[in-house]
Amino acid sequence: MTEPLLRLSQISKSFGAVRALKGVSFELHPGEVHALLGENGAGKSTLIKVVTGAHTPDGGLLEISGQAVHNLTPTRAQALGIACIYQQPALFPDLSVSENIGLRLESPAVWGRVYWRQRREKAMSLLKRIGADIHPETLVNRLSMPEQQLVEIACALGSGARTVIMDEPTASLTRSEQELLFAVVRDLRASGAGVVYISHRLEEIFALADRVTVLRDGESICTRPVRSDSGEMQLSEEELIQLMVGREVSAIYPPKGRSPGETVLELKNVSCAAGNVSEVSLTVRAGEVVGLAGLVGAGRTELARVLFGITPADSGSVRLNGKDVRIQSPRQAVELGIAYVPEDRRRHGVILQMPIAQNMSMAVHPKLFPGKWLRFGAEKALGLRFIQELGIKAYGPEAPGGSLSGGNQQKVSLARWLATEPKLLILDEPTQGVDVGAKSEIHRIIRNLAEQGLAVVMISSDLPEVLGMSDRICVMRGGRLVASLEGVDATADSIMAAALKAH
Amino acid sequence: MNRYFRELSVAAALALLLALLAVFAPHFYQPQPLLSRLTAQMPTLVLTLGMTMVMLTRQIDISVGSQFGLCAVVAGLVSAGGHSLALSLAAALGAGALMGAINGWLVAWMGLPSIVVSLATMVTWAEALRLFQQGKFINLPAGVQWFGLSQTAGQVALILLGLSLLAGLAFLLKNRAGGRHLYAVGSDSEAARLSGIHPQKVTFGVFVAMGLLVGVAAVFNLVQSPQVDPKCGTGLELKAVAAAVVGGVAVNGGRGNVWGAFVGLLLLATINPALTFLHVEAYWEKAIQGLVILLAVVADGLRSKRQSP
Repeated sequence: MTEPLLRLSQISKSFGAVRALKGVSFELHPGEVHALLGENGAGKSTLIKVVTGAHTPDGGLLEISGQAVHNLTPTRAQALGIACIYQQPALFPDLSVSENIGLRLESPAVWGRVYWRQRREKAMSLLKRIGADIHPETLVNRLSMPEQQLVEIACALGSGARTVIMDEPTASLTRSEQELLFAVVRDLRASGAGVVYISHRLEEIFALADRVTVLRDGESICTRPVRSDSGEMQLSEEELIQLMVGREVSAIYPPKGRSPGETVLELKNVSCAAGNVSEVSLTVRAGEVVGLAGLVGAGRTELARVLFGITPADSGSVRLNGKDVRIQSPRQAVELGIAYVPEDRRRHGVILQMPIAQNMSMAVHPKLFPGKWLRFGAEKALGLRFIQELGIKAYGPEAPGGSLSGGNQQKVSLARWLATEPKLLILDEPTQGVDVGAKSEIHRIIRNLAEQGLAVVMISSDLPEVLGMSDRICVMRGGRLVASLEGVDATADSIMAAALKAH
Repeated sequence: MNRYFRELSVAAALALLLALLAVFAPHFYQPQPLLSRLTAQMPTLVLTLGMTMVMLTRQIDISVGSQFGLCAVVAGLVSAGGHSLALSLAAALGAGALMGAINGWLVAWMGLPSIVVSLATMVTWAEALRLFQQGKFINLPAGVQWFGLSQTAGQVALILLGLSLLAGLAFLLKNRAGGRHLYAVGSDSEAARLSGIHPQKVTFGVFVAMGLLVGVAAVFNLVQSPQVDPKCGTGLELKAVAAAVVGGVAVNGGRGNVWGAFVGLLLLATINPALTFLHVEAYWEKAIQGLVILLAVVADGLRSKRQSP
């Protein structure tokens, strides 16, 4: 048996009183894709940072290619053949692709000469090897997120890394880009490298991984092969979820709604040139969850921004509760009873240093504070109400947003918008980056809201989620609405077909 | 940990310094010099209040020293022309609000970085004033200094005015929706915008408020002496920023309060006399002030580092 590329034995790491890792063991062999699975906060990120030298473990042994390594630094980890592709690519936005690749791969001597031609050729060949259609002279800030990720992968390949760590690499990729990435991963495996693959999407793990290690609360629960030697599946999704959360997850999706009520929102030929939305017609009724599917960049978020008045529509008509409206600003949208829980709560959502009650009251200042004098009692009551209604895990309404886990922050963001008592709730990727337990809780909350008579539009790139949650599924492509499917009839194939079909 | 830990630790440092003085240099507490020293800080206090608001919204205004000089000259000329103090206050407020509005418009609606905008206006106002006034002092008529009261009564009045401004502003920032909006915009202006808050209006408003407070500060300065020095604002912007930073107002917005900034100002203002009274050479003053500011920034840096592992 060959020496493992990576062997971690009983690694532990604490931050103050928080024990992020309490004795994790993990092995990576050459030529394997080893998935690392666990809820948010299970210790995956910390573990990766130990391996890449960003954190020094408090205890345990770390061996790289059979050598015990102490005091690992990021530079040394790189020299030892460890490369990590983070969820958010860490490239220099104002430099070109080939400069970025060069900076990563060339020796960092300050006075060293730059060989521009070789640099460009190297970049070109690396990009070609992973099948990326990117010109090496493009500035990185002109690239989309998935393209940037491909550049990161090119860097990892170019450094000759034997151990490649991928942290949720597909979070922002479209289906076809995912396939491209999978091919690269398989290619890496075939060349004898080891890949540590982290993802919340279980179907990817089944498609790619050879073995799975499940982390829970900073401990490695188990390591299991995905397939037996004869190629049969040895694990089921249910099993994995159960291992991750350590408890039975009953039904993954709540039962769907019955008959929807009156029409809440009616769009006719709504276009917005600035937002790449053209001629969208759509109706959403009370009590209904309408899933908005499509590839990244198909115009779903842009449509939501039009509805919320961030980029107002240029033409077409919007009817809300039977009345024609022109939505020109978020403030007006809120007054009309529209709520928008944006994607990426770290950037547009919860303010980390603000108590959660203040976060929740932010969109209802005019209503909660008539005369503009703050009423702390009313604010606290609002906080307590939503903490209870949404099952938010926090020590109280005074807890700063930053003290909560990702899933609970998402609930705070949801609470902020529910406080506006909307008629129409637009959710943009409501469970992105949220762990499995919190995810099904958020699904249940969404369904409850619909049952209370809310019209819900849910944008999601997670196909099982769209299928599991939606009463009706609308598919967007190139800024247009190209298909509307009844929830019961829709399948992953029919959605993808509509999302991908060429004109 | 207590939400106000940062403010309380600065207060503790101030208390320690005052206690040291009580033990080793009790004559620091002689009433009349103490009163004078406190009075002299009142214009800076008013600037610090404005700077705190500006910094809470994640902006900075380094033109306040120049604005201060210009407002002082405007108020001085009105007073020298024989008009009432109320009229010269109104003139200073008007000049301040106008200059604040220019900064605010450029920052809020043109989307320009406030450090560059206020650097440009700082130089512009200072040079305009230099051309106009040629460095000449303005002599004020009798009755302006100390509001026409005795010196002690005037000083007490000024301190009371300054402290009521502080308390009033603290109350408004805590209890008005607008105060909350400063924190929201300073923490995450996109989230604030989506929540129906108008970040541009808030930012503009804060710069205008800063300008108005500069006008008040200039009048607070005017009544303390029989003359107006057109260079009286030099360096005040740095004192205001330093006080706010030492008092726990975050440079990247959304954290801090005016009480903290007030304590920060008192701490910085006490260091100088403390050194004199404790017989440390005066050369050390600036260095120690710098050290205190550095300490504050390091403390905030460690704090934010701990919050994001």
